[in-house]
This record gives sequence, structure tokens and C-alpha cells, in this order.
Amino acid sequence: MTEITIHHYLILSALLFCLGLIGVIVRKNLLVMLMCIEVMMNAINLTFVALARYFNTPDGHVMAIFVMAIAAVEAAIGLGIVIMIFRNKESIQADDYRSMKG
Amino acid sequence: METYLFYIFSFITVWTVILMILQKNPIASATCLVISFFSLAALFALLNAHFVAVLQILVYAGAIMVLFIFVIMLLNLKKSELMHEKMSRLSFFAIIIGLGLFSFLMMKFFLIPQIFFGEISPSFGTAQEVGQSMFTQYAIPFELIGILLLVGIIGAVLLGRKDTD
Amino acid sequence: MPETLITILKIIIPFAIIFTFVPLLVWLERKGSAYIQDRPGPNRAAVLGIRLGGLIHPIADVVKLIFKEDICPSQANKAYYIAAPFIALSVACVTFMVIPFAAPYTRDGHIFTFQAAQLNVGVLYILAMTSLSVYGIMLAGWSSNNKYALLGGLRSSAQMVSYELAMGLALIPLIMWSGSLRLNDIVTLQTAQVWRWNFIYEPLACIIFIIAAFAETNRTPFDLPEGESELVAGYHVEYSSLKFAMFFMAEYVNMVIASALIVTLFFGGWQIPFLPTEVLRENAQMILNIVLTVSALLAIIIGFFLILKFKKRTYGDKRDYEVIVLGIPAVLAGFTLILFLLFFGKIPLSTTAELWITAILQIGTFLFKTLFMCWVFIWVRWTVPRTRYDQLMNLGWKILLPLAMVNIVITAVRMLLK
Repeated sequence: MTEITIHHYLILSALLFCLGLIGVIVRKNLLVMLMCIEVMMNAINLTFVALARYFNTPDGHVMAIFVMAIAAVEAAIGLGIVIMIFRNKESIQADDYRSMKG
Repeated sequence: METYLFYIFSFITVWTVILMILQKNPIASATCLVISFFSLAALFALLNAHFVAVLQILVYAGAIMVLFIFVIMLLNLKKSELMHEKMSRLSFFAIIIGLGLFSFLMMKFFLIPQIFFGEISPSFGTAQEVGQSMFTQYAIPFELIGILLLVGIIGAVLLGRKDTD
Repeated sequence: MPETLITILKIIIPFAIIFTFVPLLVWLERKGSAYIQDRPGPNRAAVLGIRLGGLIHPIADVVKLIFKEDICPSQANKAYYIAAPFIALSVACVTFMVIPFAAPYTRDGHIFTFQAAQLNVGVLYILAMTSLSVYGIMLAGWSSNNKYALLGGLRSSAQMVSYELAMGLALIPLIMWSGSLRLNDIVTLQTAQVWRWNFIYEPLACIIFIIAAFAETNRTPFDLPEGESELVAGYHVEYSSLKFAMFFMAEYVNMVIASALIVTLFFGGWQIPFLPTEVLRENAQMILNIVLTVSALLAIIIGFFLILKFKKRTYGDKRDYEVIVLGIPAVLAGFTLILFLLFFGKIPLSTTAELWITAILQIGTFLFKTLFMCWVFIWVRWTVPRTRYDQLMNLGWKILLPLAMVNIVITAVRMLLK
């Protein structure tokens, strides 16, 4: 086995990001779509932390903490919207919200 | 040792994320995601980012995912409703887009010279160092994040409120 | 591999301590509630006529719980139903890994710590682990497929998320004073002087933390997730046999850990009042002799007291002889100890022995304080009535959270003026 390099971490984070992206497009359940967005944010975090280790600065860690704060806000607002939508339509399938379509 | 740990945790992370996308039941998806967050925290710890690793567990596993599971339990979805979910017609294109993005990122990443991780200072990744950087160099973004959180709180309260009028 | 062995021992010993605390606390809870309500409490279970004031009851309880039928509801989600108690118990246990039991010592340039993991983010680790304890309860409530259980799970998740904030903010003043996230530094800073302990230095933070700890461990007055008069038994209503026992144990383990945390953070941890570590190490021999003499005298007095209580034909069976069976060995052990001290008490101790005697005394002090804090938990449970749910939420969000924030500002001002 070779030693772990920056590339391993970058490949892993790219893979996670793409999986999250595929999940957002493929799934119709709003909650799971939100979870996939969280996965994408985590992939970004992994890049930040790996690069912080690579450049030996704490900047990447600060950025990762900022991303976490944004993820928390996103989850709170997103779940609030999901609850509102569920109250109106009794469903959390993205397909059921086509009423805005012209 | 570190090599093995990296492969084990990255395998767990990727596998649980794939499982999360494939599960029909949102609670199962959420549980898979919690496990993947844990292994990500372990990867952060492997990168000597102990402070971020603990924050990862504290924020993601301890707060955000609890909120998700709370909402799933609150909505208390019927089984039949979950089962009739169809995969998007765009699935095929989604996978192509995903693979395309992945290969594009790979091309960019391999421009970075292949070097092993260098030596790091002993204070690397401690709360002191991260805090020092956050409150001096990044003070303004930090304040902006604070305002964003405030907006988020107000927005969530407004959204979650029942109509009283 | 002595290093690995020591690490493994450091992991196993706290576990052993927790799991000996659990039956002790069950006994304390039953006996204590009995004394508070003016009744004798458990005193029937006996092994060969020895009852130890009800301490045999936990054994009977365990045997009963193991041999009960293990029921799984047909509509339950099996995997999560089985996993939930394991999650609850294991998450409860891992917090103990960062708690320091005694002062670390340096020998040949080698630091020996009395905690399993010397993390430099100890306080955050504790907050992270306590925030995870909600998963077991939530998954149990959801997977049982029972309305009461689901309500209990919902209540507990809302309650824990709300009180975590107040708990975390209450700890910030301590971190500000010590300038470190290591628990051992926080304890060392409190020194052996009682007026330097954090419950005098930061009384508001102490009160907020204790209230939040009650809410986090789901104990009365905040035991709404399992309020039996409203939700039957809340999240564990469908559980039986060993799975129920695991939830039961998790509750007590949580209580031990909350008490240990309160002691570590606010009541000086392993610090013995007015006896700093250096003084203890220098006078280890004298202190050891005093402690042994006092315990020998206590054993003799208690033994004689028990023997004097002997009266034939109270019960008419083996239980009559319990006091004799316990009393005579106590008296004999006391006299043997005194003889031992008379002959060997003057032999000078080696440095290692001095260090270890100090450590053992500090561990004992820490465990005693923890036990006392557990008693406070029990005391409150049997004294205060349960709150209503809206009162609970108001207390958490509208009183404790703003107070904790104000406390941070007050501490900052105090640090500036100092």
C-alpha cells in the first residue's frame, strides 16, 4: 500500500460530491434531497480540511466551520419549508408540487 | 496504519452515502447519513483536524441529523406513500452528469503535484489555532456568518409558526 | 506491549466502575425514595439470610429481567428496534473516557494520566457525545410503531436539542477562565481550595448546567419522554427483558456520567478539599495511616453495633443471624488492620507507592463526590413534581439560554476587571 497523498482525499471528496449531486437529481423525496445537499457540503468540507493539512494553515478549518454553519442554516430553513409544504399538500414527493408550472 | 484507516473510513463513507440514496425509507437514509458523517469525522481526525472532527459530530450528527429525524417522525409518513416514489426520468442523465463532473474534477486535481503530506506544527488543528485565525483574519466573514445564522433562526421561526390570524 | 496494556486497562476500569455504580444506584434510588416517603423500602430478597439492607435486590432484579420473555412487536421495524437499546447504552458509556480520575504524575519524563483519552477538545467531545444520546431514544420511539412511544421519542428529541444549547453555553465561562478545552486543566485550575471551585466562582453557570443535565438525562422534573401518567412509559413502552434492562441501565449510566461531569467541572473533580497533590505526595505515609486507622475504627464500631442488635426469634429463620455474620468479620477485620498498622505502619514507602496512594485517594474522593451528586439526582426526583411540556420549553429557551448568554458577558467583564 502506498502512503496517503492529497489526491486520495481529493478523489474521495469529488466522489462524495458527485454522489450527492446524483442523489439530488434522482430522488423525489424532499427530505432525502436535502440530505444529499448535506453530503455535498461535507464533500466540500473534506476538501477544505485536506488542503489545510496540505498547506499547513488553519484557514481550511475556518472555512469548514463556516460551511457547517451554512449547512445548519440550510437544514433549518429547508426543513421548515418541507413542513409548510407538507401541511398544504400532505406529501413530500417533489412531483406533487407542479401547481406552479404554467 | 493510517493508510488502512483511510481506506476503511472512505469505504464506509462512500458505501453509506450510496445506501442513503437507494433507501426508500427516510429514517434509514438518515441513519446511513449519520454513519457516513461519523466516518468523515474520523477522516478529519486522520488529517489532524481534531477540532473540526469533533465539531462535525457535534453539528452534523448531534444537531442537523437530529432535526431531520425529528421532522421525519413529526410528519409520520405512511408506508404506502413512501413506496410509490418513482425514480426520476432524469436518472440516466443524472449519472452521466455525475460521472462527467467527477472526471472533470479528476482532470483538475491531477494538476496538483503529487506530494505526500509534509510536517505540521504541533499546534495544528487545535481549537486555539483555529480560533486565532477565525477571530483575526476571518473576523468579518465570521460576523457575516453570525448574521446569516440570525436570519436563519428568524426564517425558521416564521416558517414553522402556525397561522394565528 | 505494556503501553497498549495500560491503555486497555484505562478503558476497562472506567467501564467496570460505571457498571458497579448502576446496581448501587438502583438500590440507592429505591432505598432513598423509601426513606423520603417514610417506608422501609426493599428488604426481602436474601441470599442465605443475608440481605445487606436491600443490596441483594438488584441481583434479583437482574435475574428477573434476563429470564423474561423478549417480545418484539410484529409491526415494529426489527433492525432499528434491536439496535436502539445498544445505541443508547454504548453512547452513554463512551463519555466516561475523557473524565480525569486523579492528578497525572510525571515519572522519568513520562506523564501518566488517569483518563483513557487525553483529548485536547475534551469539553467539546462531551457535548458531542451527550448530543448523540438522543438517537437511541428517538429510534426506539420510532421503530416500536406505537403512538405513545413515538410521542415519547419526539418529546425527548425536542427537549434534548433545546437543553444542549444552554448546557454548552453554560460551559463557556469555564473555558474562558481555564483557557483550555482539556478537562484535566479545568480541574487543576480549581485547586484544592474550596473557594476556588467553579460552583463558587461561576454559580450561575453551575445552576444552569445542573438543570440542563437533569433535562439531558431525562430525570424528573423533566422526565416527559417517559412520563408514565401521560405516555404509559414513553419510548420504551414496547421493550421487555434485556432490551428494557439496557434502557434502564442507560438511564443510570447517563446519571453517573452527568454527576461525574458536574463534579469535574464545578466541584473540583479529583481535588481533595484543602489537600493539594504535592502535600498529599509528601505526607502520603501519614495520610495512609490516618485513613486506615479511621476505617479500622469505623469497622470495629459498626461491627459491635451490628452484634449488639442481635436478637433471637425476630424472624425465626436464617435472617436472625445476618447481623452476627456481618458484624464479627467486620470487628475482626478492624482489629487485624490495627495490628497490621502497629507492626508495619512505620516502614517508609517507595516513591511509586506514594504516587499511587495519592492517586487512589483522589480517585476515591472523585467517586465519593460523584456518588453524592447521584444522590442529589435521586433526591430531586422524589421531591419535585414533573413539569408541563410548555413550562419545560419556556424554561429552556426563555430563561436558561438568555441567562447563560448574560453569564458569558458577565464573565468577560470580570476577566477584564481582574
